[in-house]
Amino acid sequence: MEDQSVEKLLAKAEQDEAEKLQRITVLKELELEFDLGNLLASDRNPPTGLRCAGPTPEAELRALARDNTQLLINQLWQLPTERVEEAIVARLPEPTTRLPREKPLPRPRPLTRWQQFARLKGIRPKKKTNLVWDEVSGQWRRRWGYQRARDDTKEWLIEVPGNADPLEDQFAKRIQAKKERVAKNELNRLRNLARAHKMQLPSAAGLHPTGHQSKEELGRAMQVAKVSTASVGRFQERLPRAPRGSGKKRKFQPLFGYFAAEQKNQLELLRVMYSKKAQLDVMRATNKQMREDDQEEAAKRRKMSQKAKRKGGRQGLGGKRKGGPPSQGGKRKGGLGGKMNSGPPGFGGKRKGGQRPGGKRRK
Amino acid sequence: MDALDRVVKPKTKRAKRFLEKREPKLNENIKNAMLIKGGNANATVTQVLKDVYALKKPYSVLYKKKNITRPFEDQTSLEFFSKKSDCSLFMFGSHNKKRPNNLVIGRMYDYHVLDMIELGIENFVSLKDIKNSKCPEGTKPMLIFAGDDFDVTEDYRRLKSLLIDFFRGPAVSNIRLAGLEYVLHFTALNGKIYFRSYKLLLKKSGCRTPRIELEEMGPSLDLVLRRTHLASDDLYKLSMKMPKALKPKKKKNISHDTFGTTYGRIHMQKQDLSKLQTRKMKGLKKRPAERITEDQEKKSKRIKKN
Repeated sequence: MEDQSVEKLLAKAEQDEAEKLQRITVLKELELEFDLGNLLASDRNPPTGLRCAGPTPEAELRALARDNTQLLINQLWQLPTERVEEAIVARLPEPTTRLPREKPLPRPRPLTRWQQFARLKGIRPKKKTNLVWDEVSGQWRRRWGYQRARDDTKEWLIEVPGNADPLEDQFAKRIQAKKERVAKNELNRLRNLARAHKMQLPSAAGLHPTGHQSKEELGRAMQVAKVSTASVGRFQERLPRAPRGSGKKRKFQPLFGYFAAEQKNQLELLRVMYSKKAQLDVMRATNKQMREDDQEEAAKRRKMSQKAKRKGGRQGLGGKRKGGPPSQGGKRKGGLGGKMNSGPPGFGGKRKGGQRPGGKRRK
Repeated sequence: MDALDRVVKPKTKRAKRFLEKREPKLNENIKNAMLIKGGNANATVTQVLKDVYALKKPYSVLYKKKNITRPFEDQTSLEFFSKKSDCSLFMFGSHNKKRPNNLVIGRMYDYHVLDMIELGIENFVSLKDIKNSKCPEGTKPMLIFAGDDFDVTEDYRRLKSLLIDFFRGPAVSNIRLAGLEYVLHFTALNGKIYFRSYKLLLKKSGCRTPRIELEEMGPSLDLVLRRTHLASDDLYKLSMKMPKALKPKKKKNISHDTFGTTYGRIHMQKQDLSKLQTRKMKGLKKRPAERITEDQEKKSKRIKKN
């Protein structure tokens, strides 16, 4: 008898449970696919109920939506929860659907000259305090910027040092020194930038006036100076004894006289236009292609060797790179000075349509 | 280019922050959407754009003026807008005799058009036509795709990916369970796509998980797939590329059995077992008297042997 009552109780408990779950269970042929990180559910079941619904399947759509949402909510309620300020919060997993990015991946920038040097020497940035004690004003002031601690520009008295000219303007000298430092900093920044984007740097050989410049260097310096105006040298007067004709000379055919040559040229032109065969010089084309392939290989090899060097921890000081075969199409103003790079061969002129440093151009 | 990488550096911190927000990052910002009207947009299409703007606030921009462009012919105008407003998703509405109630939905990669799909609107019920209370703006919606059509053709698959991208909202790690308020349901049937949005009502059920009742809330559209302009496979692959830093890290020295047992591996140095420290059993310790007798025995044994 007792067994019977126990059995009855168990059966009743099971029934109660089933009833409870009935309200939230949904029967589907195929399981849905869930991506809880995105609050997404995909139902692969063919919508047969809807097909026979007719032109306005609103009620059927709503029923389908209710079922699918119930399943999604069941999944969400099974996630681990925590209590955050009187609200129950579920922790979502990582989204599994892969969606395209909106911008390309950030490219690693090459190190600047200072960073390479610091890495080589093992110099690490020192953590500095924000405020510095200023004796003059008797308070804590910031290290640089507005109302800084030791402000050189606000001095009203500068002592003339022992070895300096007494009539020299020390204030102007200080301002000049600051300007030069700023200009040098800017130049180094632009050089680092050009190196990062592998642009060809305009060479400055011979442009700094030392006492020992050759005639050619002086000539080149003069040319560069002439062209460095806003109108690129178009309205500059020529110096009386400057050599003319340093550019390329254009050759023109004479206007009259040589009919035979002209006739030959015109007939050749007509023949080329009329012929349906492609005028391809196979030899020249293959040579050109082979040369380009060789250059690409060389550039790749150089990149690999640099990567290997970098991994080994040794940084070539100043990034000295071997100049490959001379870059075609890029203008070179004089020899390279010291530690400046030539871009990898073929970079200057041979790009189609201009390479932007940002990304690839896509049709 | 980085804010620090430009030839002309930004002079104020605000400008620097502005540029840093727009540069390519490892973990990206939430995608913004721009909603544009074409030269001949009619009332239906305008209302659709307004409703989508309401759904996607604050991550969307609605352009008030009409722009006379054709997305499928010339994409430069769209790309220019995208660059100016830093939006990578767009929706363009227009209307003409050949393509009535046209909606072009698309996304960008690197400010160039990646995918564009043209949909025709057949039936539209707006937010303001259904008179009930709506959910607050900025809530993250639940997305449900029904119908096996969404996996059959490439067009539909891209459309699904595009719709997820468009309506997804910010990527969050935690969500308040009471804050799950509305659901967008897409059904693909007979070549049409039914887009419905419902508000969620959580009813008591016997157990912890509530029973769901739905109430129609928002815009409902019947869409028909028209033209598509999908990105080539390699461009799509390039845009999907995940940086190494974000890939899930594999834990070393942990392996799993087919039965579900987890095995771990520990690497240890060589041990000298004679110097091993074991437990000390005080009861078995030799007392000094016993030790002396043992030593004597050992000595006598040694002498005997020798």
